[in-house]
Amino acid sequence: MAEQNKVILYGTWTRPYVKRVELALKVKGIPYEYVEEDLRNKSPMLLKLNPIHKKVPVLVHNGKAITESLVIIEYIDETWKTGPRLLPQDPYKRSQIRFWASYIQQVFEALVMVLKTIGEAQEKAIKEVSEKVKLLEAGLKGLFPDGIPSVDEYSKNVTLLDLVILANLGGYEAQEEVLGVKIIDSEKTPLIVSCITALIDLPAVKESRMPHEKVVAFLKFFRENALNSAAA
Amino acid sequence: MSQVTVLGAWSSPYVYRVIWALKLKGVDYEYVEEDVLHNKSDRLLKYNPVHKKVPVLVHAGKPIAESAVILEYIEETWPQNPLLPKDPHERALARFWIKFGEDKFGALFGFFMTEGEQQVKATKERQEQLTILEEQGLGDKKFFGGDEIGMADLEFGWLAWWMDVMSELAGVKGIEAETFPRLHAWIQRFKDIPTIKEHLPDRSAMLTYFKGGRAILLASAKS
Repeated sequence: MAEQNKVILYGTWTRPYVKRVELALKVKGIPYEYVEEDLRNKSPMLLKLNPIHKKVPVLVHNGKAITESLVIIEYIDETWKTGPRLLPQDPYKRSQIRFWASYIQQVFEALVMVLKTIGEAQEKAIKEVSEKVKLLEAGLKGLFPDGIPSVDEYSKNVTLLDLVILANLGGYEAQEEVLGVKIIDSEKTPLIVSCITALIDLPAVKESRMPHEKVVAFLKFFRENALNSAAA
Repeated sequence: MSQVTVLGAWSSPYVYRVIWALKLKGVDYEYVEEDVLHNKSDRLLKYNPVHKKVPVLVHAGKPIAESAVILEYIEETWPQNPLLPKDPHERALARFWIKFGEDKFGALFGFFMTEGEQQVKATKERQEQLTILEEQGLGDKKFFGGDEIGMADLEFGWLAWWMDVMSELAGVKGIEAETFPRLHAWIQRFKDIPTIKEHLPDRSAMLTYFKGGRAILLASAKS
């Protein structure tokens, strides 16, 4: 019976899409086993569980695999009624959360472009992501007309969108350090920053937070790799 | 006055997903045609400032954009004739395939935007993705949704009508019974559903429109 309900998450610590799912599990207080995958040397189990995309995250519950981070989070929300509702009851609010969660993927991909480029290409990438981030900030203003809730309120009301913001955009300070460019900051994007700041203080989030230096080191490595393979 | 409005474009498969969902659930709506290529209305820009695209669903004055988001909203607001299964794992599978359809649209459509050697490559890519859909998405099921059509069928509905027109214009094979027997059979079943049959854009109009579209795509690829 215990094996039936077992939850296993296959992931890689550097991947924000994995982080989203981890945060969802932690915030809802769901016990799980974590398996770290080396993406340069994917395990046979991962390839069996996600034969189509061969990617992380994969969640296994009751022996069945679920893939795609947002699909997994909706599954988690529908299956475990403990902890905060990651999607509210109201269909319109749900649609707004889904819309912006989906938009953050575009924002994130634009951010990654900045990391992967230099010179003129990077200038272009910075311009693009800045426009997207501006739209996101405006969107959040619509969702939080009275500003970001306090940590206490947040702990009861954290949603799928918050987890996505934290996972994909939470490393903005490390990015700033590596790139020497401010894309997300308290002046340009105060709501995004307040959201991340409040979420970081949640107990579930605090305990799994990666040290700043480790994130910086990874981003430097990622950028170097990308630039080297582009030049090759 | 109808509480539900759809901002759309007659040739867009994304718009049709929304139309099909509303029709299957018997929801009345007002349809507004947008000139997305040349003259987007102020209303569209107001209701979808982020993407400035169709479809947009407006319900009781509140706009929702992105077809996948709209479909989930429709499903939750009008639960009759459900388009998603009840079981959470089954729902996750349906949503997986919907995401697959969104992510792989480029790969499935690339053949239409290319010619010559590039097109050969793009067509091969298309066939690979169709094979995955045929074998793992649809499998032995009647529809992607099982015995009845579901949200995933609406996601892939463009393969049942638009793909044929595009293949003809691009000079490549469509989804043929020999290569994709299951998908081919699904296409016939999908098109035979009365609600779907009654809501498909005119084929000859599509031929004209997409012929122009292909010319533009090929020209911009060269520039």
